[in-house]
Amino acid sequence: MNTKVNIAGVEFKNPVMTASGTFGSGMEYGQFVDLNKLGAVVTKGVSNVPWPGNPTPRVAETYGGMLNAIGLQNPGVDVMIERDLPFLAKYDTKVIVNVCGKTVEDYIEAVERLNETNVDMFEINVSCPNVKEGAIAFGQKADALFDVTKRIKAVSKKPIIMKLSPNVTDITEMAKAAEAAGSDAISLINTLTGMKIDIERRKFVLANKTGGMSGPALKPVAIRMVYQCANAVNIPIIGMGGIATGEDAIEFLMAGATAVAVGAMNFVNPTATVDVIEGIEKYMMRHNISDINEIIGCVK
Amino acid sequence: MFYRNVDEGTVISQEMISEGIFSLWIKNEGAKHAGAGQFVGVYPKGKDTMLMRPISICETKPEENAMRLVYRVAGAGTKEFSELKKGDKVKILANLGNGFPVDEVKGKTIVLMGGGIGIPPMLGTAKALAGEDVHAYLGYRNNDTFLSDEFMQYSKVYIAAEDGSVGVKGNVIDALKATTVLKPDVIMACGPMPMLRAIKNYAAENGITAYISLEERMACGVGACLGCVCKTVNKDEHSHVNNTRICTEGPVFNAEEVDI
Ligand SMILES: Cc1cc2nc3c(=O)[nH]c(=O)nc-3n(C[C@H](O)[C@H](O)[C@H](O)COP(=O)(O)OP(=O)(O)OC[C@H]3O[C@@H](n4cnc5c(N)ncnc54)[C@H](O)[C@@H]3O)c2cc1C
Ligand SMILES: Cc1cc2nc3c(=O)[nH]c(=O)nc-3n(C[C@H](O)[C@H](O)[C@H](O)COP(=O)(O)O)c2cc1C
Ligand code: FES
Repeated sequence: MNTKVNIAGVEFKNPVMTASGTFGSGMEYGQFVDLNKLGAVVTKGVSNVPWPGNPTPRVAETYGGMLNAIGLQNPGVDVMIERDLPFLAKYDTKVIVNVCGKTVEDYIEAVERLNETNVDMFEINVSCPNVKEGAIAFGQKADALFDVTKRIKAVSKKPIIMKLSPNVTDITEMAKAAEAAGSDAISLINTLTGMKIDIERRKFVLANKTGGMSGPALKPVAIRMVYQCANAVNIPIIGMGGIATGEDAIEFLMAGATAVAVGAMNFVNPTATVDVIEGIEKYMMRHNISDINEIIGCVK
Repeated sequence: MFYRNVDEGTVISQEMISEGIFSLWIKNEGAKHAGAGQFVGVYPKGKDTMLMRPISICETKPEENAMRLVYRVAGAGTKEFSELKKGDKVKILANLGNGFPVDEVKGKTIVLMGGGIGIPPMLGTAKALAGEDVHAYLGYRNNDTFLSDEFMQYSKVYIAAEDGSVGVKGNVIDALKATTVLKPDVIMACGPMPMLRAIKNYAAENGITAYISLEERMACGVGACLGCVCKTVNKDEHSHVNNTRICTEGPVFNAEEVDI
């Protein structure tokens, strides 16, 4: 049975990754799962300098999911290089560093610092709804996305994955812009902007007022967007949004994703990543599938 | 002792000890490794809930693998827990957080302060310090002084009630001031934020070391999501910014180190 998939020349032992921001740099959930089993660890977003993030409350539960407005708190690229990457290097898994920035120059600075490390790929977050400046602006206008992608691609020594926002009118326009600018792959979806009000206290639940929604309630939207993008571009897609089980992952693969990422469900089930991998294998056995690649995009 | 796992717990018993406040004994593996002031994440099963509910470990019986949680029904999750019966299974993320540094304070004059639903973790702390010079100040809204009798086995007990119906009228600081032949070396506290702020200030003014247990909304409970942070005076070693994870570096902090 083959579960290996290939994205931009990088081979993953299976199509299951961690969704950025839900798995730290692997240390915390390494207490629950064997990181060697994962297709890849995708790190929390990292910027050129440390970011303090948003005030609290930063998280709220919603029906079938949650909102977060962490605001991309991170210790900066130097700590990533000195502490997190050496930790991850001990494991037989691919490492994808998620990069965030407020300006194109920020992204470029972080990418250049990481170019000389053993990272396998970069995922470029142009779609975080929780920071005021930059970031999201790049992910909501096709021409801005084209420009930032082209400039990052020009300096990156690793394949890049542009991470797309669902908070747009037509996500295929974004996917096409990323492809045209030379992105090696795309990942989607980032969180869907939401809001929750505490009606007893007449206040917003999150200090940031709005937050990004993730979790199972998001899945149908994510599946639809993966399907649309798969029909619009030829570069590989990493699909995510509410994945909890192997069956969920299979659904994404059938919609056209080459790989998937598990996010908020790690919080609910700390072994979710490995459970998803095992679920995929069971599905393949049950349906006599010898190669996972057979089912990618099989539903037209 | 460090222990981290998703335990399948079994309910031993549950009773309502005060209006809307429940005492739940659970048998789970984490119990024998738990320290005073640590907490667990209890997962509700309801479809309208998803994330674990952080609840402090009130006390344990390590030899029986038993852990006691005392909680107030606040919403859907805790409502569901209140309906648990003997023999029911519960999924528990155990054990979380650092706990109170009980070994460092032995031999000193120790004041424990608990306010409202912040009282339960102080009981296990009193138990861990049994035999020491411990004074427990417990703050209640009225004369419904749940758990106060149980503190008497381990410490001297002083009660404050907001409505003055029992003990000193006011909060735990008022009670401490009212009995102030006592000069504590250390305060350990859990309770609502205004109480913790007052303790932080009182301790700073009087040269007392204070350890306070903080609360924040959590998603992962294990340090991965950065949802539960608190502002810090100095740069935090893990985050490299002035923010620290309450679930991991806390919930107990030296009051001097946090900006609350
Ligand atoms: C470290 C820690 C220890 C705690 N110990 C205790 C304890 O020993 N006894 C006790 O009664 N309560 C304790 N709490 C508070 C308890 O976690 C909340 O009352 C509980 O999560 C409410 O869940 P719910 O579903 O009933 O309420 P809802 O309001 O329906 O919960 C909705 C969401 O908000 C979160 N939430 C709501 N209130 C709080 C709160 N005060 N703190 C953190 N998250 C909250 C819930 O976890 C859930 O994700 C503690 C909180 C923390 C952070
Ligand atoms: C707490 C939290 C933090 C996140 N942080 C990041 C981040 O730093 N960078 C990023 O690109 N996406 C971030 N995301 C988005 C996820 O990677 C993912 O795209 C989204 O949550 C949908 O997947 P899920 O439903 O499986 O969580 C975050 C999500 C959550 C819940
Ligand atoms: S709750 Fe996720 S870091 Fe504390």
